[in-house]
Amino acid sequence: MLEFIPQVIFVILVIAAIAFFAKNVSRLKRNINLGKSIDKSDHKDIRFKKMLKIALGQSKMVVRPIAGILHIIVYVGFIIINIEVLEIIIDGVAGTHRIFGFLGPAYSFLIGSFEILAFLVLASVIIFWTRRNLMNIKRFLSKELKGWPKNDANYILYFEVVLMVLFLTMNATDYQLQLIGASHYANEAGVVGSFPVSQYLLPLFEGMSEATLIAIERTAWWLHIIGILIFLNYLYYSKHLHILLAFPNVYFSNLNELGKFKNLEAVTNEVKLMMDPNADPFAETEGGEDEVPEKFGASDVQDLNWFQLLSAYTCTECGRCTSECPANQTGKLLSPRKIMMDTRDRLEEVGKLIEGGKEITSDKQLLDNYITREELWACTTCNACVDACPVGIDPLSIIMDMRQYLVMEESAAPAELNNAMSNIENNSAPWPYNQQDRLNWAKEV
Amino acid sequence: MSESVKVPTMASYVAEGKQPEVLFWVGCAGSFDDRAKKITKAFVKILNQIDVKFAVLGTEEGCTGDPAKRAGNEFLFQMQAMTNIEVLNAYEVKKIVTACPHCFNTIKNEYPSLGGSYEVIHHTQFLKQLLNEGRLKVEGGKFKGKRITYHDPCYLGRANGEYEAPRDLLRKLEVELIEMKSCKSKGLCCGAGGAQMFKDAEKGDKEVNIHRTEQALEIKPEVIAAGCPFCNTMMTDGVKNKEKQDDIEVLDVVEMIANAEDL
Repeated sequence: MLEFIPQVIFVILVIAAIAFFAKNVSRLKRNINLGKSIDKSDHKDIRFKKMLKIALGQSKMVVRPIAGILHIIVYVGFIIINIEVLEIIIDGVAGTHRIFGFLGPAYSFLIGSFEILAFLVLASVIIFWTRRNLMNIKRFLSKELKGWPKNDANYILYFEVVLMVLFLTMNATDYQLQLIGASHYANEAGVVGSFPVSQYLLPLFEGMSEATLIAIERTAWWLHIIGILIFLNYLYYSKHLHILLAFPNVYFSNLNELGKFKNLEAVTNEVKLMMDPNADPFAETEGGEDEVPEKFGASDVQDLNWFQLLSAYTCTECGRCTSECPANQTGKLLSPRKIMMDTRDRLEEVGKLIEGGKEITSDKQLLDNYITREELWACTTCNACVDACPVGIDPLSIIMDMRQYLVMEESAAPAELNNAMSNIENNSAPWPYNQQDRLNWAKEV
Repeated sequence: MSESVKVPTMASYVAEGKQPEVLFWVGCAGSFDDRAKKITKAFVKILNQIDVKFAVLGTEEGCTGDPAKRAGNEFLFQMQAMTNIEVLNAYEVKKIVTACPHCFNTIKNEYPSLGGSYEVIHHTQFLKQLLNEGRLKVEGGKFKGKRITYHDPCYLGRANGEYEAPRDLLRKLEVELIEMKSCKSKGLCCGAGGAQMFKDAEKGDKEVNIHRTEQALEIKPEVIAAGCPFCNTMMTDGVKNKEKQDDIEVLDVVEMIANAEDL
């Protein structure tokens, strides 16, 4: 009976990890659904292709070749090495050793590729860490990355280093155990798997007793799988959620020309009414007098749509948006990355209020408490941030929604803009020229 | 010269029971701004010279609402849009050409859902069409062999994906086309978009147009070619700020074509 204890513990751990993860996924869903509805059910085929190309195919990552290629190595490594996790889980549950070993040469090829990938991932992650911490790359030095975001990024890198080292240690000791013919490990047919990388670790384990080797192998095996389960559950608290959400985010991302901003339907109805000479200005609106007029624009996360909120969770804070932003490049406060990070932070805060059964108080909101007016007014709407995002996030849409709130709900535009707008209203040009003079240039030709 | 240049209005076309082949949407900058008016005039001269039947709305034209919308004033934007759409639809306009990428983007992308659907093209795209049809001839002229860089307007480039039409025209002028380090989809904004043209910039290290001008100066062009009246103003100011106005001209692509022809 006792021999089954490791398997029982293993099964309990996996179930607990998945249950905890599922709980966080439901939190995530609840928070995203706080957003307003927006129809994204169109063009399924185009969306799917876009997802294959940009999320699965990483096509926008390589715009920056160094970071892009390193990222692809880690990404491919992550996906492929996870095939091995499947075997690890089966071995863990069944108490077997390398259950897929019967595949023979194909298995050796797989394990060999996992090893090479693991090594490449390790190398890439070390370069990533160096870039992030030693190389003074501007997009990793921004104010918004101070504290938790910077630590978060490094924790992820440490995690990957530890996982890869454990994986290779596990393989090396396993290989050594097979070589010395330890029972449970050794196979009559010869060595199972091939170990192009971990073979170089063998000198470290030479001369160790079988019991020590088994202890190291088992420890590495356990820590590796526990590490993966912890990592899975770390995602929700980390910018690293992008490994999952990049796919839906790209799928639901904007398919229109970047220059096309949405027209507010509620405004259209009102304008039509105003311009219709036959309309009765005193006619009751459909909902009667009790109808609460729609709030224009966004001052808090619930005013944004669910796609914008999904994007806030998807953002992995790479900062490509911010480094392309003309306002940010010229030292203004605006950073599109911060817009996304603030949206997520506020959304998390609102989520916690809901969990605590508290009201979402209006003494704190996204506007002013997270995103300042100065940031919003610095945007040139140039779409460089939108174009730069490798996973289809649109920080500009949030900026626009918040400007809309400032102007339409608070009449709080900068004074010069109010002048320009009243000119447009009065004489149909942003400058104080008479519309009747609009063709005067033709007399000067 | 002025004798030969005609700027017919839609009203006059309709009075004669005719339709022009294209409506030239002049825009506020093109109508009122002294620098931008030169672009308008250069374009009209070319249209006249190759006998394109065009018309303008003249005093019936009004701001498309782009700066209002991008400032967050959706109500004012839609008022402008609907007023313009009423006029355009009343004249049964089918095809619109404009030298302003902001007007271009707004009419092309944001008018259709408000009831205004037209074929909208930027003047560089229109000139390219005329070139392909053999109606317009562009030859090297005085810009032949000169070092020229093209600044992509955000609302033509990134916003609508048109990077090549203006460059093709410049190639026709046989210039030495050189690119700034940020160009095409990575093109840096001039700083005027999103209604920034009409307000002071927020606090920072420098102005966006100076930053962009510095990128241009790095590659030592003789002319900075533009395709937007606002970019033109921003880059002209930038060049002046750097006291390079004697060495570097900022010209719209259509001005270059007109100048090459000595119109």
